[in-house]
Amino acid sequence: MIDEGLKSELSKQGIFTTTFNELIEWGYNKGRANSVWPLQFGLACCAIEMIAASMARYDIARFGSEVFRPSPRQADLMIVAGTVTKKMAPQVVRLYNQMPEPKYVIAMGACAISGGPFKQGYNVLKGIDRYIPVDVHIPGCPPRPEALLHALMTLQKKIEEQHLTGPQQARHLNPEAPSEFPVPEYGEHDLVPPKNEAVWQPPKQAKDDTQGNV
Amino acid sequence: METLEEIKARIEAAVSGAQLEILANDSPSGQRSLLVDDNHALTVAMFLRNDPGLQLDYCSNVTGVDWPDKVEKIKTKVKKVVDGAEQEVEETIEKMTPGFLEAVYHLYSMSLKHGPAILRLRTENRTDKVHLPSLTPVWRGAEFQEREIFDLYGIVFDGHPDLRRILMWDGFKDHPMRKDYVEPDDYEYEPTPHAEVLEKARAHLPQPQPKEASA
Repeated sequence: MIDEGLKSELSKQGIFTTTFNELIEWGYNKGRANSVWPLQFGLACCAIEMIAASMARYDIARFGSEVFRPSPRQADLMIVAGTVTKKMAPQVVRLYNQMPEPKYVIAMGACAISGGPFKQGYNVLKGIDRYIPVDVHIPGCPPRPEALLHALMTLQKKIEEQHLTGPQQARHLNPEAPSEFPVPEYGEHDLVPPKNEAVWQPPKQAKDDTQGNV
Repeated sequence: METLEEIKARIEAAVSGAQLEILANDSPSGQRSLLVDDNHALTVAMFLRNDPGLQLDYCSNVTGVDWPDKVEKIKTKVKKVVDGAEQEVEETIEKMTPGFLEAVYHLYSMSLKHGPAILRLRTENRTDKVHLPSLTPVWRGAEFQEREIFDLYGIVFDGHPDLRRILMWDGFKDHPMRKDYVEPDDYEYEPTPHAEVLEKARAHLPQPQPKEASA
């Protein structure tokens, strides 16, 4: 292994050094990042923006993601575009479970990340990250197509930085890491369980707004 | 269209035994409605649809209303003998009006281009006697809306061809649009809690640790 300092010094002199592993990793990740095929499904108005992003004006094809797959078995990316109702949540988790690894999730819009304007309703899930791991959250109601493209670029950067070996190994290469998550069941009053504790836990820091913003 | 009084008189003449009542409406729209008893609702509905002068062939909207039990406090002055002397004492009597569920039908005529006529049906109470006759056999368009009322208010429509929940899942037990519905408590993470939400979120906040008395 070449020392990082020497490597940087050499690159200043115009000498490019790399290892075989790094080269493989770079090529493999570059290839994956530039052909992220999303799963074709939309849940609400965010889906309209997602469709707009796929059309000529915003043209998601520039990022290699124009192939919206109608089957989860051919998709790499799940764009959760819209309100996830509690009746729909088990189906979303089931679709995620059916996607092959490596798979990624973008939660698009206020509803998908937190329940949005409906979060105090009895029938809306307060964020899809309660059941499946989310890689990129996009705020907005709905987010503009540019925001979706930005999220895609963020995801591409994340994919390019993943490691194939070593302690920083990507999640999908670790046989210990789960690739399927329990599908919640319809209960008498709510989904059972209401959240997957292994995936989502409320932030430790307490937010008690008693200082007068009531 | 005829006035509601005229319609009421004609129904009473056509359907024997029908108990009808005209309900006032204090709101700016002033749309009054016709309360029909359960036993004659289907016959009355058939009459409204088939009568050549009315031809109310289009049911545009069916909705549910929940009227919870109402407790009124009435203060009355009662004369009582207190310590040998007659005194006027104020007494409070609690008067309970039992609640009920209501289905409201808005009817129009497509052929005669008039309407709306508003029908109301009431259940006996909110707990066990929640049956109403379904008007889907008269107006097919009421099918999904009656299912929605069954789902969200819990009125059981007898004679409905396919009475299942339509919005919530089948195993769901509650009726979310009722006034006394308690929603599931998932307020464990509220980024900006305020007002009622703050009260609900507070139950999930870590309780402040009691300070240990230093020796």
